[in-house]
Amino acid sequence: MHPAKSIILFTASSGLGFGLLVFLCMGFPDVTGWVAFVFFAIAFALAGGGLVSSTFHLGHPERALKAFSQWRTSWLSREGWLACATLGTAGLYAALLIFTGIRVLPLGWLAALLCIATVYATSMIYAQLKTVPRWNHWTTSALFMALALTGGALLSGAVMLAMPMLAICFTLQFYTWKLGDTLLAESGTTIASATGLGGIGTVRAFEPPHTGGNYLTKEMFFVIARKHALKLRSIGLALAFVAPFLLLLLPFAHIFALIAILAHVAGLLVLRWLFFAEAEHVVSLYYGRS
Amino acid sequence: MTELPTHTTRKLGLVIDLDTCVGCHACVIACKGWNTENYGAPLADQDAYGAEPVGSFLNRVHSYEIQPENAPAQLVHFPKSCLHCEDAPCVTVCPTGASYKRVEDGIVLVNESDCIGCGLCAWACPYGAREMDPTEKVMKKCTLCVDRIYNENLPEEDREPACVRTCPSGARHFGDFADPDSNVNALVAERGGIELMPEQGTKPVNRYLPPRPKDVEIDVLGPLLAPVTEEARGFLGWLDKALDRLPGQSARASKERR
Repeated sequence: MHPAKSIILFTASSGLGFGLLVFLCMGFPDVTGWVAFVFFAIAFALAGGGLVSSTFHLGHPERALKAFSQWRTSWLSREGWLACATLGTAGLYAALLIFTGIRVLPLGWLAALLCIATVYATSMIYAQLKTVPRWNHWTTSALFMALALTGGALLSGAVMLAMPMLAICFTLQFYTWKLGDTLLAESGTTIASATGLGGIGTVRAFEPPHTGGNYLTKEMFFVIARKHALKLRSIGLALAFVAPFLLLLLPFAHIFALIAILAHVAGLLVLRWLFFAEAEHVVSLYYGRS
Repeated sequence: MTELPTHTTRKLGLVIDLDTCVGCHACVIACKGWNTENYGAPLADQDAYGAEPVGSFLNRVHSYEIQPENAPAQLVHFPKSCLHCEDAPCVTVCPTGASYKRVEDGIVLVNESDCIGCGLCAWACPYGAREMDPTEKVMKKCTLCVDRIYNENLPEEDREPACVRTCPSGARHFGDFADPDSNVNALVAERGGIELMPEQGTKPVNRYLPPRPKDVEIDVLGPLLAPVTEEARGFLGWLDKALDRLPGQSARASKERR
């Protein structure tokens, strides 16, 4: 699939923002007043900024409000509702904490749950698609949620939790790739089933419908990543998980923590880019590619 | 709106005959022409005379080669447009309700004034039936010529989709799959009409008729005829023997052939 910058930024940034909000709303770090204000401002900027950037890839962003109407069937619509509910609940919790010093814990717990639900809804936009077998699996949601919580742990300074989370993410990401590489073949969708002609013999795409590209070839086929997949996967794992883990092992210093966060975010962007670039859409079979 | 109807009164769709399609692309052009001038935003072309032309089409013709195990390869032209699935995944993913499936005839349509151009429906379609218009930035798809089939301003013979009306080889048929006595159901029953990608669970309405089996040439008399080649005589016979006597590989080969 085409790795659009706005979608990579949206999913990475909102994941980090909602991950940070989970920790802030559960009272970690235990801050009030201006320090709390700065923490919450960062979280809202990441989560809200991500949502705004998601509208940049729309053909008609001026109609974006209509996207709230179909929550009964559409994960994209559900995500919109959950994001608004989360930001509203977390905003109320933050305002009470910052301006009155009152910590309403049940409200915080509710906001934290909504954060996780929002990230789940984001992941389901991709995981629901049977047309992309690599995404159509529980690992997509598990990875999105684990990455959000790990980013949140790093950003909120929860070092003791961040280290095991980094290890879990590393393992989960590795497993997702290993499994994901087999899912297209396992889906049973081939050029034979796509054309229905497999019963006669071996089917091969002879000629595409046109010599140029089209919306489908631009949007659904993206093969640059596959050439360097192994290198990019290694870079992603090293930046997102290994480097922060090693930095957190060192005696604590703010500069190490900052580098750990920057490395994690850079790695996260590489991983998210690969998430799109490596995903194979079954329509590519009609064009003789996979 | 994006909830799929549990039942549609009629199931309008196409039967496409892969045996008769000659791959002329007339259906592609007829479709582009009608749908540029009628329902919804026109189907744009960009950089039409430049290095990288691109445009939206609702119907495209692929070509495939089939290599049977013990027979010559076959070439099949393969027109593809929206299959108006009963369980259309493009409809349920739509966040705005712009995509819908009609209860009265099962046609899947896009209400363009509600489309935000997010492209998720095109991602959800396994057949590549939806394309974002490069100029209008709304999703375009086959309407089954909804503005022709019920259009009383047109002569009756024109009240069918433009692709069907124009096909010079009669490879495209339009009808109601919910009616057991319809032309399309008769064709599907007679020729073993197939669903595309049944494993995707979309329950497509359109059906494809596979190419008819090729005649196998059986030579009944061949084995009974006397062999045409005979022992060489005269000058050629002498030459053959003379060459056989020379050392080398040719002698054995020529003897084996005999």
